[in-house]
Amino acid sequence: MYITLNIKGFFMKTTRRQFIKISSMGVGGLALAATPILNWVPSFLKKDNDIPDDSKAKRYPTYCEICFWKCAGWTYTKNVDGKEKIWKIIGNNDDQHSSGRFCPRGTGGVGMYEDEDRLKHPLIREKDEDGNQYFRKATWDEAITVIADKLKNVAQKYSPNCVAMFSHGSGGKFWGNVLKAYGTNSISAPSYAQCRGPREVGFIATFGKGIGSPEPTDIRNTKCLVLIGSHIGENMHNGQVQEMSQAIDNGATIITVDPRFSTAASKSDFWLPIKPATDLALLLTWINVIIEEELYDKEYVEKYTYGFEQIKEHVKNNTPEWAYGITGLKPDLIRKTARAMGNASPAVIVHPGRHVTWYGDDTQRLRAVAILNAILGSWGRRGGFYQPEGIKLKSMPHPAYPKISHTWRDATPGKFKLADLALASGICDATIPSPDRDCSYKAWIINGTNLITTLPDRKNTIAALQNLELVVVIDTMPAEITGYADVVLPECTYLERYDMLRTSKHREPSIALRMPAAKPKYDSKPGWEMAKMLAEKLGLGAYVPYNDITELLDWQLKQIGSSLDEMQKIGVKKIDREYNDLYFLNGEEHEFSTNTGKIELYSTALVEEGFDAMPKYTAHPEPQPGFYRLNYGRAPMHTFGRTVNNPHLNDLMDENVLWVNPKIAQLEDLSAGQEVWLKNQDDVISSFPIKVRITERIRQDMVYMVHGFGRQDDRLSRSYGKGASDSELITHIMHDKIMGGTGMRGNFVKFITENPHPSDKPLTRKVNII
Amino acid sequence: MRYAMAIDTKKCVGCSDCVVACQTENNIPIGYSRDWITETVEGTYPGLHLQIRSERCNHCEDTPCVRTCPTGASHVIEGGIVKVTPEECIGCGSCIEACPYDARYVHPEGWVDKCTFCDHRINNGQDPACVSVCPTTCMYFGDLDDPNSEVSRITAVRRIKVLAAEAGTKPQIFYLV
Repeated sequence: MYITLNIKGFFMKTTRRQFIKISSMGVGGLALAATPILNWVPSFLKKDNDIPDDSKAKRYPTYCEICFWKCAGWTYTKNVDGKEKIWKIIGNNDDQHSSGRFCPRGTGGVGMYEDEDRLKHPLIREKDEDGNQYFRKATWDEAITVIADKLKNVAQKYSPNCVAMFSHGSGGKFWGNVLKAYGTNSISAPSYAQCRGPREVGFIATFGKGIGSPEPTDIRNTKCLVLIGSHIGENMHNGQVQEMSQAIDNGATIITVDPRFSTAASKSDFWLPIKPATDLALLLTWINVIIEEELYDKEYVEKYTYGFEQIKEHVKNNTPEWAYGITGLKPDLIRKTARAMGNASPAVIVHPGRHVTWYGDDTQRLRAVAILNAILGSWGRRGGFYQPEGIKLKSMPHPAYPKISHTWRDATPGKFKLADLALASGICDATIPSPDRDCSYKAWIINGTNLITTLPDRKNTIAALQNLELVVVIDTMPAEITGYADVVLPECTYLERYDMLRTSKHREPSIALRMPAAKPKYDSKPGWEMAKMLAEKLGLGAYVPYNDITELLDWQLKQIGSSLDEMQKIGVKKIDREYNDLYFLNGEEHEFSTNTGKIELYSTALVEEGFDAMPKYTAHPEPQPGFYRLNYGRAPMHTFGRTVNNPHLNDLMDENVLWVNPKIAQLEDLSAGQEVWLKNQDDVISSFPIKVRITERIRQDMVYMVHGFGRQDDRLSRSYGKGASDSELITHIMHDKIMGGTGMRGNFVKFITENPHPSDKPLTRKVNII
Repeated sequence: MRYAMAIDTKKCVGCSDCVVACQTENNIPIGYSRDWITETVEGTYPGLHLQIRSERCNHCEDTPCVRTCPTGASHVIEGGIVKVTPEECIGCGSCIEACPYDARYVHPEGWVDKCTFCDHRINNGQDPACVSVCPTTCMYFGDLDDPNSEVSRITAVRRIKVLAAEAGTKPQIFYLV
């Protein structure tokens, strides 16, 4: 079987293809008479070969906002008709996140600035005489006044604690400051309970320390990289993609566990096409083989770990033969891969992944990943996990924040004590009034996250929204969530603003500056300025002790011997490590922040909270006949739904497709490119159809799509109704009892080939703009 | 001087960064591109092989596109780079027909456009935009006449293949397989 799939034709817009079809009618008169001649313009109008010289072009430092990796680079401008216009974005060579090379999303970041569908003016929800709701274009002062008045009202009627914030992205820091000053700490991000939370909790329980971002995986020095449900290369976490490439050059062994033949699987020495939902069985078996065959790092285990005998006893029945019946993976393959890890130890990484909220036992699955790394001795070792270091910048002095009587933990009373950050889903649930709760949330400030698609169980989110007295949405683009806002504040893009300095930890501490390369388009503003306006309206101006953010940045930089002036020239500054401990030194004593001070293979913290000390495999539900497990993932050119309308990135992939195994396509009588609707186990039907991609790269018991498509806001002219939304079909949640994560991979779908919707334009937007 | 490119299929993840970087660098209108990604899948589950390739003009040594051009707009410059002079191009499309790689398109302004190996960057000592942006560093660019260039060294030690070898145009894009 040999299939060539031209991505240009399959994913990308076909403009170019269509033209070629016309010209292929012949080289003679017909082609000459076709469009080229009609479009021909005199040469003096041609400007497209006019490309400036990099060394002469103006450039401004920035760090990318298209995803959380935050690569630092330069925004170049060029002179077009006498005006400086944003031209391109190139990585900063001194930046550890990007090494001077941006990913497609970062390179295409200019499209975020150019997108003509951007939010352009502050909007306020109004009601006409007949009770119809609509958005009215407002001035900034009007919009901020409405927010301030409602917040004062909520504080008076209930408590400032009843205001919650959801955030993704840099602007959140400014809003968080104002809200803490106002009197709430319910500041959450869906990137925790909907994404990486279980990983943090699982690693904290084991090593006393979470993973954080960027992940401190020493991939470039590893001898063996194990990916389990992590599709590096399709997720474009820049530094990791770059380092995986270096690992390939260095001849590292790559092992990928994925039910789908992912890009990473295709680069691997070993691909383990596991049956979905059985990963924990494989992990326990690997632990078993590594212990039984004495492939573990004995010295490290003895010196640093607690509970080795218990884990040895615990996994003694988890043999490769036991796992075969569960995972479908041949015992020989499980042994071979365990040996590959053992041979590479300690320069081995069993990657913790990032989006790990799958089946509800995720913290325990990530505990197994942590235990595996611990016995292989990879934590704190070259080629394993390095110990990152960052720099903490001082804040300008301001009054102390008021004390909070009701914290985010009270949203889930008595539960999820091991969660180290607020749960976005928990706050959402605690917004729906319930007799067993004394306070429900009354206002949401939503910064840069489309909660309708980032939180699972859309019905529940919409129900929560109906109970709020104030919903504020701050974003650059319209989205499903903006339709539910009372006030919409248009933020300018990262290319048009300053933000706080980037201080993320890495091999070396560093700071990066973001500064504008152009003035804010339309009537948009940077987050710091909006937050400052609100602070002042609330009488909290003392918490924002600067007139312009440049004063703050310069002040912070001067505390560490730099200045805004210097950073504007260099963009990124590396700082010497305070501690010489990138890797554990040989035989060095090390105190871990766990109850025992050791790496806990047997978790005392989990036992204290009434959970299993060591992970156990439990079987998860499987698809009923005629249903297929819905799996979802990433495409390298998109960040969730944030980029699907970006003209450059939409041009690379303008809709998602549904991966279906050829045998299933035959069984279900589906043809390549056919549009299907999906119906899940709870009878929820996708709003839009999705095209079938028949491919051998997927198992027969599942289907797969890239997350972020099927957008329902028709103000998104390029992405509205293109492809299907996986999140719409994720209505069954498998909750993580330990930390409250929302497992999303227990949803099953069947195909519908006839349009099930009475009207072909299902609009969910609540209000129109006039 | 003989410019060439080697692309390591063992490293390329098909992220399309080369496509966007080319678009922004060279002001290619949305909906058009000088380079693109192709993937080839062989086998049946679970015995599969996937090859991902970044493709573009092969800057062939033997150039049917130049031979067929009625106005002389398509031409070869120093280093074997195949270029089109927009002012001389009438957009007839003969070169598009002649190209075995489907590497040319008609720009909305009426002339035929294609990869230039970013000669404006090469002249400044830089790599083409696609090469310098690639996060996986899977692309190598340089002078094949110089045995010490990166492209000469890597093509000397790795197994290589060219696309549509049967067309006999002596392409200068080499895929490391």
